[in-house]
Amino acid sequence: MAPFDLVSLLGVTGSYFIYLAIGFAFGFILESSGFGDSRQLAAQFYFRELRVVKVMFTAIVVAMILIFWSTALGLLDYDQIWVSPTYLWPGIAGGLIMGIGFIIGGYCPGTSLVSAATLKLDGIFFLLGNITGMVIFGETAGLINTFWNSGYFGTFTLPELLHLETGIVVVLVTCLALGMFAGFEWIRGLIYGRAK
Amino acid sequence: MNGLAEKVKYWNPYLGGALLGLLLFLSIFVTSHGLGASGGVNRIAVAVEDLVVPEHVDKTPYIAKMAGGDRDPLAHWLVWEVAGIMLGGFVSGLLRGRVKVQTYHGPQISPHSRWAYAFVGGTLMGYGARMARGCTSGQGLSGGAVMSVGSWAFMFAIFAGGYGLAWFVRRLWQPEA
Repeated sequence: MAPFDLVSLLGVTGSYFIYLAIGFAFGFILESSGFGDSRQLAAQFYFRELRVVKVMFTAIVVAMILIFWSTALGLLDYDQIWVSPTYLWPGIAGGLIMGIGFIIGGYCPGTSLVSAATLKLDGIFFLLGNITGMVIFGETAGLINTFWNSGYFGTFTLPELLHLETGIVVVLVTCLALGMFAGFEWIRGLIYGRAK
Repeated sequence: MNGLAEKVKYWNPYLGGALLGLLLFLSIFVTSHGLGASGGVNRIAVAVEDLVVPEHVDKTPYIAKMAGGDRDPLAHWLVWEVAGIMLGGFVSGLLRGRVKVQTYHGPQISPHSRWAYAFVGGTLMGYGARMARGCTSGQGLSGGAVMSVGSWAFMFAIFAGGYGLAWFVRRLWQPEA
């Protein structure tokens, strides 16, 4: 049953090629979706282009439904997949800092890789900034250690938070995404008129 | 004239999103891990540090976990995923004639100031991504799809930060009013 122990199946080097292939497809999709262009990404925050929200939440919903079905059919062992543990406060603070970095810098780490790979100079400068910021964090992590480990809930999922069946939450999240698509389109219409 | 009007042929975002969702599912199904980017970039950053100041790396707890002593920060799946992302982005751009040296910038600012803003924004993004233990890919997409509470809080925080500041920095991106 999935997921598989790639290292025992393919060896360490073999497993790296799987990740290289996954990364290749990831980068290809990001670039094809316009995510190597900072103007497309930043325009989300002015409601001029809605690609960020559309791509991101379509992806989340599609993956979520496939995970739910394959778990329900007994093909996937949900307990074996990686669910990032919740550290609520550093997650929210880090997210806010990233949102600010996003609107100033125009990319996120993954999209800047694609932008740099297609020789966009703003993407390359962003990536250099990324590395700088990560080094600064690594050097100063000791200073904020208490905060960095605060709000710890372990592996904590929306169905547990809401005390609802997983299937119900899948439907709710899908509806939330559809509502967001409609809501963002509506706001764009208000600001820029119907014609794009 | 808004800067996006030039003819660029990008995929329909719902199609791109659906394919990305399928890929995210396959990644979790096969490997147990979702997609990631910043963790790999971080390891490359640590590898550079380890090359320049190895003794210092051994003494700094957060990075010693990755590169202390004989540990090789690059021996990790995320590093290979990052290499794949760059390769995939490059091939996609090559096929569409988008691989060329240029600077994407808003109509009201020069390429040089765009570089400075990109560097500053990137620095904030890199710091924030380590604080949040992941970026838009690792926390947002991957954690979002497996319905992690922390990931959903994180995602709303990113959008709150971006939308909260957008009006104040509109000169960076928007056409002249």
